[in-house]
Amino acid sequence: MTHPGTGLVVEAKQRLGEFVLDAGFASQGGVTALFGRSGSGKTSLLRVIAGLSRPDRGRLTIDGDVLLDTENRIFVPKHRRRFGYVFQEGRLFPHLNVRQNLNYGRWFAPKAARKESFDHIVDLLGIEALLERRPGKLSGGEKQRVAIGRALLSAPRLLLMDEPLAALDDNRKAEILPYLERLRDETATPIIYVSHSVAEVARLADKVVVIRDGRVEAVGSPSEVLSMPSTDRRDAGVVLAGTVEAIDIPHRLATIRLSAGEIIVPNAHVEQGRGVRVHIPERDVMVATRRPEGLSALNILEGRIAAIEPDTDGMVRIRIRAGEDILLARITALSVERLDLRLEKPAFAVIKTVALER
Amino acid sequence: MDWLHLSDEEWTAIRLSLWVSGVAMVVSLPFGIFIAYLLARGRFWGKSVLNGIVHLPLILPPVVTGFILLILFGRRGVIGAFLNDHLGIVFSFRWTGAALACGIMGFPLMVRAIRLSIEAVDRKLEDAAGTLGASPAWVFLTVTLPLILPGVISGMILAFAKAMGEFGATITFVSNIPGETQTLSAAIYTFTQVPGGDAGAMRLTLVAIAISFAALLASEFLAYLVGRRVDIE
Repeated sequence: MTHPGTGLVVEAKQRLGEFVLDAGFASQGGVTALFGRSGSGKTSLLRVIAGLSRPDRGRLTIDGDVLLDTENRIFVPKHRRRFGYVFQEGRLFPHLNVRQNLNYGRWFAPKAARKESFDHIVDLLGIEALLERRPGKLSGGEKQRVAIGRALLSAPRLLLMDEPLAALDDNRKAEILPYLERLRDETATPIIYVSHSVAEVARLADKVVVIRDGRVEAVGSPSEVLSMPSTDRRDAGVVLAGTVEAIDIPHRLATIRLSAGEIIVPNAHVEQGRGVRVHIPERDVMVATRRPEGLSALNILEGRIAAIEPDTDGMVRIRIRAGEDILLARITALSVERLDLRLEKPAFAVIKTVALER
Repeated sequence: MDWLHLSDEEWTAIRLSLWVSGVAMVVSLPFGIFIAYLLARGRFWGKSVLNGIVHLPLILPPVVTGFILLILFGRRGVIGAFLNDHLGIVFSFRWTGAALACGIMGFPLMVRAIRLSIEAVDRKLEDAAGTLGASPAWVFLTVTLPLILPGVISGMILAFAKAMGEFGATITFVSNIPGETQTLSAAIYTFTQVPGGDAGAMRLTLVAIAISFAALLASEFLAYLVGRRVDIE
C-alpha cells in the first residue's frame, strides 16, 4: 500500500444531483490513468484534485502537504495548488498568442520551481513554428499541444489531463500520442490521465484506476486491469510488453518479440530495440487446435489453455498461456464444444488485429 | 462664410461640453465595471433592486433625475452638505455638477454594455487561468478584462454620447451658467430663446453633429482594433 508521506493521496465524496462520487486512490508518480466510460465520475474526481470543485467530504495530500481536508476545514484554492490542468478543449486564451499563452502560467510560478526551460518544452511538443500565432488560427491538435505546454511551463507538481485527445480525430490523436509518451519519459512530473480509451491507457499508463458509477472498481497495471472482464467489452483484451526485433520498411511492418513469440505489427513508426506495448483485443483473437494454414492473419501464437470462463450471454473467454504471457480470446460457447477445448490443451491463438500500442 | 465663424462663448460651450462628458465617462468607468460585474456574477439579496436603481435614470424624466440630484447633492442636500463640509467638493452650479448629472444619465447605458460582455465571457477560461496559478484578481486583470474590452469601449462611447446630449437633468441640477455649466445643448437652447440666435444655434448644431460622428467612428475603429486582437475561437 501507499506510504502516507509520498505521492498523491486523494479521497472524495460528493453528491452531484442524482450522481454520487465516492472514490479515492494513491499515486507514487508516473502516469496514473483514471479509466471508465463517460459519466463514471472520472472528471469529477479530477476537478476535486484540481480544486475546481469542493467535495462534501474529502482529503487530498501531495508529498505530505494537505491541500484539502473537509474535516479540518482546509481548502487550498486552485491557484495555490500548482497543479497543471489540460482540458479536453484546450482552453487557450484567445486574446494572447501562443508564446504569451505558454508564458502565462510561467509568470505565476515560483522562480525556484521553474525547472523546465521554455525552449525544451517548445522543442518537446514541436510548437516552435506556432509561437507567434493566435489560438484561433491553430488546428485542434496544435491547440492541445500548446495547452499541454502551457500547463507544463507553470511548473506543476502534478499534471492533470482530462481526456486531452477525446475531441480530436484519429489522425490528430496519432499526432499527439508520441508527444505524450516523450512527456512521460522525459519529464519528472507525475501525471493523472483521465480517459475512456483503452488504446490511450494501454499506451501511456503505468497504473490504472478503473472508475465506475462514481466508485473505484479496480486498481492495477494496464495489463492486469485491461484484461479484466469488467472493462468495456468492446475493447477488452490484453496488453503485452515486448521489444522491437526488426523493421520491414517496404511493407511498413515491425516484428515485436514477446514472451509468447514473435508478432508482426503493421504501420508502426518505431525504432529497433525499443521497448513497446501491444494491445490485442480479445474479440479479434480466434482459437485453433491445430496450426492453421492458408490464412491471411500474420500472427499465430502457440500456447496452452489456462482458463475457460463462460459468461451469461453465451460467450466464453479463453485464456491461453504462451511463454510468460496470457492471451485472451472471446469465442462462442458452441465453438468451445466443437473444438473440445479443455484446460492445458495446446491451442493456437490467431490474432486478427494487433493495435500496436508501442 | 462669415456666419460659420464661432464666437468665444460658443467655443467655451464646446470645450466645456467635451470636458464635462469626458470627465463623466472616465470617472464613472470604474464604478460601471464594478456594478456590471456585480450584476453579471454576483448572487446576493437585493440584486434586482440594485439593477432597478441603476436603470432609473433611463426611465425617469431627466428633469426628475435633475431634481433628485438637486435634493441629494445640492449645497444643503444630504450628500452635498457632507461632501462640502468634509471634502470641499461642491456640485451645485459648478461644472462638477454637470459632470455628475451627465455621468448618472449615461451610467445605465455603460453598465448594460459592460454587463452583457461579462456575461458572454467563457468562465472556463477563467478556471483555466486559475489552475495556472492566477489569483482571482489576476484572472480578472489578465483574462476577464481583455475579453470584455469591446463591451467596455462601447459602454464608454455610449456614456460619452449620452453626456454630450444630456440637457434636462443638467439644466435642472446646475442651471445654465455660461462658462461654468452651459454645455453645447444648453447653449443651443439659449440661442433659440433669443431673437437672431438662429445662426449661432445652427453653428453649434453642426459642431454637435461632427462630434457625434467622430465619436461613432472612433468607437467603430476601436471595436475593429480590439476585435482583431480578440478573435474568439
